[in-house]
Amino acid sequence: MTRSPRDFPRRLDLARGRIELQHGGGGRAMTQLVEELFVAAFANPALCALNDQAVLPPPAGRLVLATDAHVVSPLFFPGGDIGSLAVNGTVNDVAMAGAQPLWLAAAFVLEEGLPLAELARIVESMARAAHAAGVAIVTGDTKVVEAGKGDGVFITTTGVGVARDGVDTGGDRARPGDAVLVSGPLGEHGIAVMACREGLAFDVPVRSDTAALHGLVAALLDAVPAAAIRVLRDPTRGGLGATLNEIARASAVGMQLREAAIPVREPVRAACEFLGLDPLYVACEGRLLAVCAPEHAGALLAALRAHPLGQGAALIGHCVSDPQHCVELETVLGGRRVVDWLAGEQLPRIC
Amino acid sequence: MKYLDEFRDGGLARGLAAAIAREVDPARAYRLMEFCGGHTHAIARYGLTGLLPANIQLIHGPGCPVCVLPVGRLQMAIELALRPGVILASYGDMLRVPGAGGDSLLAARARGADVRMVYAVDDALALARRHPQREVVFFAIGFETTTPPTAVAIRRAAAEGLGNFSVFCNHVLTPPAMAAILDAPEGTRLDGIIGPAHVSTVIGTSPYAFVPERHGKPVMVAGFEPLDVLHAVRLLVAQLGAGHATVGNAYTRVVAEHGNRKAQALMDEVFTVREQFEWRGLGTLAHSALRIRECYAAFDAERRFAPAEVAVTEHKGCECPAILRGAKQPQDCRLFGGACTPEHPLGACMVSSEGACAAHYLYGRWRAA
Repeated sequence: MTRSPRDFPRRLDLARGRIELQHGGGGRAMTQLVEELFVAAFANPALCALNDQAVLPPPAGRLVLATDAHVVSPLFFPGGDIGSLAVNGTVNDVAMAGAQPLWLAAAFVLEEGLPLAELARIVESMARAAHAAGVAIVTGDTKVVEAGKGDGVFITTTGVGVARDGVDTGGDRARPGDAVLVSGPLGEHGIAVMACREGLAFDVPVRSDTAALHGLVAALLDAVPAAAIRVLRDPTRGGLGATLNEIARASAVGMQLREAAIPVREPVRAACEFLGLDPLYVACEGRLLAVCAPEHAGALLAALRAHPLGQGAALIGHCVSDPQHCVELETVLGGRRVVDWLAGEQLPRIC
Repeated sequence: MKYLDEFRDGGLARGLAAAIAREVDPARAYRLMEFCGGHTHAIARYGLTGLLPANIQLIHGPGCPVCVLPVGRLQMAIELALRPGVILASYGDMLRVPGAGGDSLLAARARGADVRMVYAVDDALALARRHPQREVVFFAIGFETTTPPTAVAIRRAAAEGLGNFSVFCNHVLTPPAMAAILDAPEGTRLDGIIGPAHVSTVIGTSPYAFVPERHGKPVMVAGFEPLDVLHAVRLLVAQLGAGHATVGNAYTRVVAEHGNRKAQALMDEVFTVREQFEWRGLGTLAHSALRIRECYAAFDAERRFAPAEVAVTEHKGCECPAILRGAKQPQDCRLFGGACTPEHPLGACMVSSEGACAAHYLYGRWRAA
C-alpha cells in the first residue's frame, strides 16, 4: 500500500479525540481510523491489503470456526480488558476443539463519544494478546452507534483454527468412570469484574484469569493419547456448574464431585461469601475443564500442573452412570447435593 | 476464611452427626422447624439431611423475606416503579419475584420502569444524591435484620435534607410470625424450633420466651453455618429427651439474651408497629410489621405517593402459603419442578435461594425425597 500524505492531513488525536459518527460512515474519517489505529496495531499482510475480506491459504486438516461477542462492563478491569478478553475468548473456543488457532476477524461496535485514547488502549491490548497467542487479526469491521445506544465498545471476534488429527473433544463423549479435571482456581474473572464494577465497592485483590489456552491444550494432547481426552471446555459464563451440566446432559452421564477438591482461591471465596454467590457458577476466562479416561488422569494432571497456566490444576471428580444426568457434589461436610444449572443471570455483562 | 471454615469442618460435622445418632430416641419422631431461610439454604447446600437420623425431620419455616411478602405489596412496588421520574431500588431477589399475572419488577423494567438492584440501602441513598431531580424509592423488605440499616438510611436522609429519597416500608417482625405458626393446626405437631440467627443478633433470645411458656416447645437459636445447625439439632434433641422446653442459644458468639440495644433503639426511633399486616401464607397478623413514624413521614413512600392497595389472588395450585407454614413440603406441590422452576418461578419460594422450593430444587433434596 502506498499512502499519500494528503490522504489524512492531520493525524488522529489519540490523546483528546473521541469517536464520532463519521468514524463509521465509510468516508475518509473511517479509513483513517482503520489505518492509523487498527491496521497499525494488528499489522499483517492479509489485513494490510485493506480489502473487505482476508484471502488466506487453505491450512491442512480439519477447520475449526468459533465466534464470540464481548460486551463486558467495565471495559478495563484488573488483569485484563475487553480487548484481551475478545482475543482470548475466541482463541479458547477454538482451542477447546483441540485446535491450533490461526486467524481472527474482529468487528467493533463503537459508541459515539468513546475517547480514542480508550479505544487505542483496547486495540493495543488486543494486538498484544494476539501476538502472545500467535494468531493474526486478518480482517475486521467498524460500526459507530449514537451516544447512549452502546456502552463504549462491543467487540465480536471470529476465529479459525486447525484441529489435530484424531482429536475429538465434543461434549457428548464423556463416559462413566472418566475423570473430571480443572486447570486452576475458579471464579477469578467474574469476581475481578464484579469487584471493580460501579456500585459494588469491594476492593478485592483478584485479577481476571483471562489467558489463551491453546498452548496448554497442545501440552495435554502431547501428554496422553488423543482418544484419552474425551471433552475439553472452558467454563466461562455459568462457570463450572453450567459447563458440567452441559457435558452431563450431552453425554448422558452423571457426575460425582468432591467439594474439597475444587480449587477456589481465598479472596474469591471471601468475595463470593460477601456477595452471596457460589464460586461454582462464577465465570473463568483462562481455565479449562477436561474429562479424560481414568487410566490417563494422573498423566493429564501432571501435564496440566507442568504448564504455567495449569499449576493450580486438580482432579475434582468422576463421571458415573445416572439416567437423570445429575451433577452431584459431596460437600465439605460429607453431605450430598446436586449442582444444578444456574438459574437466571448471576452476573450480567462479565464477558 | 477465618471464623467461617471452623464452622464448616467435615470432621467435626461427622462427630456431631454421630453424637446425634447416639442420643436420639429411636422410638420417637422429631419434627423440628428451621425458622429461617438461611438455615434452609445451609441444610440444602451442605446436604445436612443426609447426615441426620431418619427420625429427625427438618421442616422449613417462613423466614425468607421475599417469600412472605404478599403479592399485593409487590404490585404496589411495581406501580411505584412505573411512575414517571421514579427510580425504585431493591435487593436482587425481589426483582424476580412473580406478581399478579406473571408480572415482576424485572418485567416492569423491560417495559421502561427504572428499577435498580442494590446490595445495601446505602446504595439507594447514593442514587438519591446522584440523581437529585429523580425520586428514589427504596423497596425495604425483611425481618429485624435489615430494619436497623433502613432506619439509619432514613435518619441520614433527614440529616442531609435528601428530599428525593423515600422508603416503601415492608419490614416485618419475627415473634408474631412464630406465634402464628405455633397457633396453626400444623404448628401444634412441631417438637421444637431452630431459632433465627441474624434476627436474634438484633432482638436477642428473650422475645421467644412465649414459645416454651405458652406452647411447651423448645427454641434453639442457631447460626447459619452447617455446624451451627447440627449443634442446635443436638441441643434440641437433648432438651426433648430430658423433657425440658427452654429458649437456648447455640449462637453465643454473636447473639446476646437482650440483643443489640442500640439497633433496637434505632428501630424504635424511626418505626412504629402497624395495627396489622398481611403475610403470604400466614394471612393478616396483628402487630406483625413496621411502618415509618410520623416524625419521618417525609421519607415514607406510602404517604408521599399513596400507591393504590390492590387485592391479588395467588396462583391457583401454588402451595407457597402451606409451605411457608410448614404444612407442606416443596415436593408436595404439583407445580414443583414442572410448571414452577427457578427459571420460571410461579411462587416466591422458588425465587430466593432462601426459599424452600428453590433450595430443594437447586440442591436436589427432591432426589432423596
